Amino acid sequence: MVKIIEKTQIAPNIHSCTVIAPDIAKKALPGQFVILIPDEYCERTPITIADWDVDKGTVTFIFLEIGATTQRLAELKTGDDIYSFTGPLGKPFEIDNYGTVGLVGGCYGIGGIYPVAKALKEKGNKVICYSEARAKFLLYWNDKLEEVSDEVRYSTVDGSLGTKGHSFDLLEENLKSGMKPDRIIAVGCTYMIYRVAEVTQAYGVKTIVSMNPVMIDGTGMCGACRLEVGGETKFACVDGPHFDAHKINWDIIQSRRKAYLEEEIISNERY
Amino acid sequence: MAKISPKKTPMREQPPKERIKNYDEVPYGYSPAEAVLEAQRCLQCKKPMCIEGCPVEIDIPGFIGFIAQEDFKEGIKRLKEKNILPAVCGRVCPQEEQCEIKCVVGKKNEPIAIGRLERFLADWERIEGEIEIPPKPKQTGKKVAVVGAGPAGITAAADLAKLGHKIDIFEALHQPGGVLVYGIPEFRLPKAIVFREIDYLKEFGVNLYTDSVIGRIKSVDELLGEYDAVFLGTGAGLPWFLNVPGENLNGIYSANEYLTRANLMKAYLFPKYKTPIIKGKRVATVGGGNVAMDCARTALRLGAEESILIYRRSRPEMPARNEEIHHAEQEGVIFKLLSTPAAFHGNKNNWLREVECISMKLGEPDDSGRRRPVPIEGENFTMPVDVAVIAIGNNPNPLIPSTTPDIEVGKWGNIITDPETGKTSKKGVFAGGDVATGAATVILAMGAGKVAARGIHDYLINEI
Repeated sequence: MVKIIEKTQIAPNIHSCTVIAPDIAKKALPGQFVILIPDEYCERTPITIADWDVDKGTVTFIFLEIGATTQRLAELKTGDDIYSFTGPLGKPFEIDNYGTVGLVGGCYGIGGIYPVAKALKEKGNKVICYSEARAKFLLYWNDKLEEVSDEVRYSTVDGSLGTKGHSFDLLEENLKSGMKPDRIIAVGCTYMIYRVAEVTQAYGVKTIVSMNPVMIDGTGMCGACRLEVGGETKFACVDGPHFDAHKINWDIIQSRRKAYLEEEIISNERY
Repeated sequence: MAKISPKKTPMREQPPKERIKNYDEVPYGYSPAEAVLEAQRCLQCKKPMCIEGCPVEIDIPGFIGFIAQEDFKEGIKRLKEKNILPAVCGRVCPQEEQCEIKCVVGKKNEPIAIGRLERFLADWERIEGEIEIPPKPKQTGKKVAVVGAGPAGITAAADLAKLGHKIDIFEALHQPGGVLVYGIPEFRLPKAIVFREIDYLKEFGVNLYTDSVIGRIKSVDELLGEYDAVFLGTGAGLPWFLNVPGENLNGIYSANEYLTRANLMKAYLFPKYKTPIIKGKRVATVGGGNVAMDCARTALRLGAEESILIYRRSRPEMPARNEEIHHAEQEGVIFKLLSTPAAFHGNKNNWLREVECISMKLGEPDDSGRRRPVPIEGENFTMPVDVAVIAIGNNPNPLIPSTTPDIEVGKWGNIITDPETGKTSKKGVFAGGDVATGAATVILAMGAGKVAARGIHDYLINEI
């Protein structure tokens, strides 16, 4: 059980939440996640860690209100407890001096790329962030991202900020006009990271994506988060969640993500 | 002395047609009168063979003798001297191949129903509400970290606490109990019983930290900095799959996932509990062990019209307990024996539609002593199914080995231990249960917890 010390709606349906979890703050590394359960009736839900403060003993994460469990989480207020909060889980991103790294973030992934950008910048990389949303008012943490990167390139579907379109469209444009990044990292919804993978494959740029399959225990026991990478079965919770985007079997991923659509609708209606 | 009844006193149970509609426990347990009647069948052998068969060395004639005299209070005390989880063991131990197989009465007649009597005492104590906490032993000043609150960890913790060591248990999930809670279904082992037994441990002074994944939040080396010894009982790990085409289709579960959703996350109470589970109309479970039986019976309770068990050998080779197989049959699980899936086929949205099987025949015995299943060429058949559960076993949990480079592991990733002491290759670190042996039973894990507790005690006190 952890206590919420700050919770803000930073964009419509997108929340930032900070909890007291000193042991997790001490161990967290860029790209790791927690599994939380807002109350005892809710699902175990994996969420990427967006920031942490070792001195204050706090952990911050960004979440999207999307199903019954995240709606319940959104209802919790500063001072409330989260029933169960486990982490840090998964392997962190490899952080090295690669040269130029492009970080693509959308929805919760904007928060997700923040600690990665910070760590890569400290290692001496040139860091270019791609932050995307449907419209300007759905973007968040612009200042924070700008602080830890050489450049932030915005794209919005309605064109209200930055380039009109998706981040992968902008990335493709940049690659077409000769940008040669040494590595691309993408965090966000499955569709977005899949499209990034498609774009970068054509240009032969090594791309690591953060996968977000359904998980239950998150400790290497249940096998729910299995995916196929390079023809082998891998488990996102212990082998990942980051994989070489060009080795992932994307067909299976898309359909497995949608497996509980009907039940999600029942849960939501009830909610 | 009255003539011994040749048969065990029967245990009443929920009728199959009713019980597949609920999640309540199947056997009701003995009444005091039934328990006394059964206990009186015991010969009170001078050299009891049954104790030899028990991995935790319970004084079986001792506690049965008290039941025969209707002194249940002394009976449970005697039982708990060796076993802190009697309500669990009375239900899930394979007594027929451990204590009961050795029972002298069993040579000519049915053996004494040791498991049922064990369960009776534990239930009696819980219901009567007279749980006695033994006086706290003299403290040694030594601290032990136990990793995993499953059968191995709980047993090790209890024995070590009784010896006066300070115990902290670290559990990865949000509830303690390990496989007793995430794996074994409510209708076979009610969770309230498990939690009561764990509460008993807490009353005894053991600390429990849930949501604590060792290997991530703290390494084993960090634990060694804070504690005098560490016990690893991290249990089962990633499930095995068949490695046949179509196995990643929607609707195909590992047994661990299926049971964890249903049990730990209470998907059978969806949507009150929000974790969903796909309730198939025709569910195929692949495997022949206790876990497979649990899955096939869970499917019925989730509303499956047909629950089909696919097993590659024949019924005598099934590793499941007879009682479990019998319960599954009674409930209408369809056994498709001498068959194994060759492929799963899906619809255009990648949802499971049918399973294609190969027929098998039995060949020469293999390493396990069971006859090896051999495919019969050209005899493939398909069955329409919308959910499949793969219950063919799992590896030991990978988290500790992968984050503790200097601990020696075997070829399946199992932590190598000395069977006499539970010692691993790393000083001060002991292990037991599924993480050391691979998938086995609750009682074997408890036995390993007991062995390791003795090993740890020797290490702490006598520096052995």
